[in-house]
Amino acid sequence: MSSERHGPWSLAYRRLRRNRLALASLALFVLIVAFVLAAPLWADHVAHTGPNATHTTEKIVVDGETREVVDVEGKPIGPVWFGAGGEFFLGADSGLGRDEMVRLMYGGRTSLMIGLSSALITTLLATALGLLAGYFGGRTDSIISRTLDLIWSFPVVLLGIALGTALAVGGLKIGPLEVEGNSLWIPILIIAVVMTPYMARPIRGEVLALRQKEFVEAAVAQGAGSLRIMFAELLPNLWSTVIVFFTLNIANNMLLESALSYLGAGVQPPNSSWGKMVSTGVELIYTAPILAFAPGLMILLTVLSLNVFGDGLRSALDPKSKLRLEAHTGTVEPAGTAV
Amino acid sequence: MARFALRRLAGMVVVLFAVSLVTFAIFNLIPNSDPAQRLAGKNADAVLVKSIEEDWGFDEPLPVQYWETMKKIFSGELISYGDQLNVDEKIVEGIPATFSLCIGAAAIWLFFGILFGYLSALKPGGWLDRVLTVVAIAGISLPAFLLAAIFLYLLTFKLELFPAGGYVPLTEDPVDWAYHLILPWFTLAILNIGFYSRVLRSNMLDAMNEDYVRTARAKGLSERRVMTRHVLRNSLIPIVSLFGLDFAAMLGGGAIIVESIFGLNGVGQYAAESITNLDLPPIMAITMFGAFFVVLFSAVTDIFYAYLDPRIRLEASAR
Repeated sequence: MSSERHGPWSLAYRRLRRNRLALASLALFVLIVAFVLAAPLWADHVAHTGPNATHTTEKIVVDGETREVVDVEGKPIGPVWFGAGGEFFLGADSGLGRDEMVRLMYGGRTSLMIGLSSALITTLLATALGLLAGYFGGRTDSIISRTLDLIWSFPVVLLGIALGTALAVGGLKIGPLEVEGNSLWIPILIIAVVMTPYMARPIRGEVLALRQKEFVEAAVAQGAGSLRIMFAELLPNLWSTVIVFFTLNIANNMLLESALSYLGAGVQPPNSSWGKMVSTGVELIYTAPILAFAPGLMILLTVLSLNVFGDGLRSALDPKSKLRLEAHTGTVEPAGTAV
Repeated sequence: MARFALRRLAGMVVVLFAVSLVTFAIFNLIPNSDPAQRLAGKNADAVLVKSIEEDWGFDEPLPVQYWETMKKIFSGELISYGDQLNVDEKIVEGIPATFSLCIGAAAIWLFFGILFGYLSALKPGGWLDRVLTVVAIAGISLPAFLLAAIFLYLLTFKLELFPAGGYVPLTEDPVDWAYHLILPWFTLAILNIGFYSRVLRSNMLDAMNEDYVRTARAKGLSERRVMTRHVLRNSLIPIVSLFGLDFAAMLGGGAIIVESIFGLNGVGQYAAESITNLDLPPIMAITMFGAFFVVLFSAVTDIFYAYLDPRIRLEASAR
């Protein structure tokens, strides 16, 4: 091994490159992102309709045969694949006769947008709070930790529901900032806040441990100020943790979003997301199962790809980490004792 | 031990008070729109809003409002504005179904989680270990409603093995009770089995390197006895606190989706229906009780944990 010639990042990159499962997951995630980004293209050039356009009384020609988008009993047409040139690829969504494929792509944009933005906010908040609490300790730490514990006392879904319903009615107004009740910012902010303690707590723990290290002592001896120690000394050592948490957090936030939207406390009409689509789809589970399965499967694939990739990232960045989901193959290597 | 328990309980009371303040703030103080309007729901008329305003004392100072709100929730006179029914009574009605669901699911996931975790720690890297890795990662990635939808479609609709939902009280017919709950139980349990078995496995692999395990082997104990009496027993301790948190969180929230999809008529379904109607009083009460339950349960778990592992109460009193 020529490990002394490589920095920790390049070593991590090498380890990650060898992890085929993690790379495949990353590829899957990129594919899903590309899929939802292509929504307007598909809508304009293939499906020739928008996500909210209704086609209740229309007829389409599938493989030369004329069929109703919604039949007399109100049952939507099933998947026709390319039978109608890509129109109604996955069929229609309900009695309203909206194009399910187009809705799936646009709904995915909302789901991913909420997952990514809220994860970004959670990560920023959690890193800042973890740094402050872990570095200053004492009263700062007690105030931050107790506040986080308080959020922690509420079951995640229930707190999300409480905030979601309370805000959905009148929206949010803080000073000059005004947010409509059906704005996507509401689920984004709610999820970001609700998930923060789960990330801030371990980061605080890591800062506490890092604070005891010699390099911090050296910085103090050099006369470095608090800000400098936090940002120039501690933060670079937290990057690997933060990156892993960020990846896994997108997955968790998307799951929470889907649960809230499924229950009606997440995205509000006219917006739609995968979770919301499953909730309307479940009503037709016996007649048109694809309406629940397609968006549900998209959530599963996205979250799965992020979880597997995040896990691969963790083992690449921190090979000694205790709890990993990947199987130890070959020699038994009990965690905690290795290295 | 008694001192630890007392301190923990005192801390719990403080947290309960804070939880009630936060709940009050969420529903009564969130800026924009008037709280009476919010409680009344989306399509309320002016008369209703006016009466809510007087009833809840929204023109009074904040401490009075807080007191009024708590009095309503805990005295059982909270009325929902959607269907004009008593909220606390509806919650009490739903409790048997919710507890049946959660306790059953917890028993299943603990049983299989521990069994599989133990077996995979015996043979790390074996086939069971690999399968469980997949189950674990799928479990943490799978939305509960998707698993429920798959069960409903395949097992209820296609194979006609199980009922589509509904709740039969245990006292009425225990067999039918279990029959109706099997799918909801497994839906909730499967999401956790993989994760728990991974945690246990990792704890066990850690424990196997401890000195007391070597001592046990040196004493000439059989391998089986070493694994069950020494390794497994010590590895189960962290599972207790993990389980306490997860169980409380499930009871206070995670079960909502499963209940509503299987129509179990529990507290969770009541919450789900209230969300659909944007009916806030039930959501307020359920949030409050849910968080109270989590706080209470985690205090009890901590005390139990300290009882199991004396190091914890020593550490706490040393601080």
